[in-house]
Amino acid sequence: MTSAPGGRAASAPLLGHETEPTMFEMSVPGRHAYQLRTTQVPAVALEELVPRKHLNAHDVDLVELSERDLVGHFTRLSHRQFSVDLGMYPLGSCTMKYNPKFCDAVAADPGLNSVHPGVPAELCQGWLELLVTLEEKLCVITGMSAATLQPAAGAAGELTGLLLMRAYHEARGDLRTRVLIPDSAHGTNPASVTLGGYEVTTIPSNERGLVDLASLKAALGPDVAGIMLTNPNTVGLFEEEIVEIASAVHEVGGLLYYDGANLNAILGAVRPGDMGFDIVHMNLHKTFATPHGGGGPGAGPVAVSLRLEEFLPGPKATRASSGAYEWRRPSRSIGRVHGWHGNAMVLARALAYIDVHGADGLTRVAQHAVLNANWLRKRLEDTLPAAYDRMCMHECVLTATKLKDQYGIRGLDVAKALLEEGFHSPTVYFPLIVEEALMFEPTETESPQTLEALALAVERIALRAQSNPESLHRAPQSTPVSRVDEARAARHLISTEDAAQRA
Amino acid sequence: MQIPSELRYSKDHEWAKADGAVVRIGITDYAQDALGDVVFVDVPKIGAQVSAGGVLGEVESTKSVSEIYAPVSGTVSAVNDTLKNAPESVNADPYGAGWICEITTTSLDDFNSLLDAQGYQALTNN
Repeated sequence: MTSAPGGRAASAPLLGHETEPTMFEMSVPGRHAYQLRTTQVPAVALEELVPRKHLNAHDVDLVELSERDLVGHFTRLSHRQFSVDLGMYPLGSCTMKYNPKFCDAVAADPGLNSVHPGVPAELCQGWLELLVTLEEKLCVITGMSAATLQPAAGAAGELTGLLLMRAYHEARGDLRTRVLIPDSAHGTNPASVTLGGYEVTTIPSNERGLVDLASLKAALGPDVAGIMLTNPNTVGLFEEEIVEIASAVHEVGGLLYYDGANLNAILGAVRPGDMGFDIVHMNLHKTFATPHGGGGPGAGPVAVSLRLEEFLPGPKATRASSGAYEWRRPSRSIGRVHGWHGNAMVLARALAYIDVHGADGLTRVAQHAVLNANWLRKRLEDTLPAAYDRMCMHECVLTATKLKDQYGIRGLDVAKALLEEGFHSPTVYFPLIVEEALMFEPTETESPQTLEALALAVERIALRAQSNPESLHRAPQSTPVSRVDEARAARHLISTEDAAQRA
Repeated sequence: MQIPSELRYSKDHEWAKADGAVVRIGITDYAQDALGDVVFVDVPKIGAQVSAGGVLGEVESTKSVSEIYAPVSGTVSAVNDTLKNAPESVNADPYGAGWICEITTTSLDDFNSLLDAQGYQALTNN
């Protein structure tokens, strides 16, 4: 390799290391972010305009800042952030993969973003066509029959999926109580099951990191509403026995729920619908270049097989026989799961990403994501061996147990030291079934030069573990904020508002 | 790693100590080390009925939230309230100040089927 990797995002921020005060600490009573001209309109007491019973009895303690101070605050903070636009981000699609800039151009199009969601269908046929087209393409990609675009993000999609599962069983007069989840599952899965009113039964993984088929079969029964699975799973491995799993669950009348968090790995290669899944949620940010739910807004469409179509949330954009588009509510709809039509601008970005790549381009996305993860797994095998030593999918779960046993250096220390090296940390301590887990997901966008630079950084950290382990316990030192005491922060929680009052 | 010989152990890494029909419960040294810094312990309510293998509470660390399983069936008769303000006792003294609750049982069958120190040592070696 002769070319250099993209510049590293290491070292100090633009403007020093000084602690940025919180907005509460900067607040000055009576300060405004606006100044209006004299209007000659007489002031009226609020109570004369709004009946007292509708007014809050207490003043709300809000921050009072000028626009100038506020813009300065956020600009300074933004210059101290590590972002996917700034440098290598091995959290990958787990958080948010790189968003190509053409998606921003689509979202900025006033033809799309100046349409009020309450506009009658006759006046926004283009928007409805966009939504119907996206639904159709997501169904082709996942092998499903129909989809809702309403859910606001992945976890909202999970809950929607469980409500659909419940609606399906209840419509058949079949009251079931349990949902199965593997012990490697995302934490949102058991939370969604509980919110959906079901009990969780955990299925152990076998020694290959996959669902243990015998334990699964032993846990099945007529009270099982379904199973939630991620495939590839959170260890980055493909559930090879998925066909057997699907037929065993279907045999007892249960449904299969596909957690689409890892869909980026299988685009164009295999479809959840063909594996036997009945309900599929997609985190558009993980696969189709949209913002993340937490930083949002997000979008978590849910696609279903034919037998669940009538229960989908509504109203849904639909193509009528005339060719015109209209809003229609599925016959036994579970109702709305979002105001208006979901986070529509995010949906427009996803359609743009799908259309620009095309079927062959999306397949290459998955191929390169898997290739990058395997290259990195192999490259790092002497320093951070893989938890399950074989071909992985889009992410590789490595373990720092060797460094821990030899030098007392934990996964967390490696992750923190990577920040000093100019790379974002990977996911640590997940999945829970892997000791000292470090989950690297480079995604398809990183070049071989960048992956090599990351591997060299990990090797430098391993050398430091040997020569100066103490420095790793203190890392990072070159970042705007150095090592924080996470345990103390969680044990003695002080809200920033309280902190300001104390100051 | 400490595995006191006078205690009994579950496969889910809880320890148990019987005093007549009252069984005191906590998580093992191995468990606290794997969890990392404990920041919150959700203890059960006094009077709650629990069955062996059922969920007793939760331990939250900076890494994860893990369930605590009841090693024996019975009624929760005491809980360690000091964990509310000092969850770090679970890390510092898992077999002492970091105890979680006491369960009054009607039968010691569950207790007697738990692992002894030697059995638990073998489990953690795997």
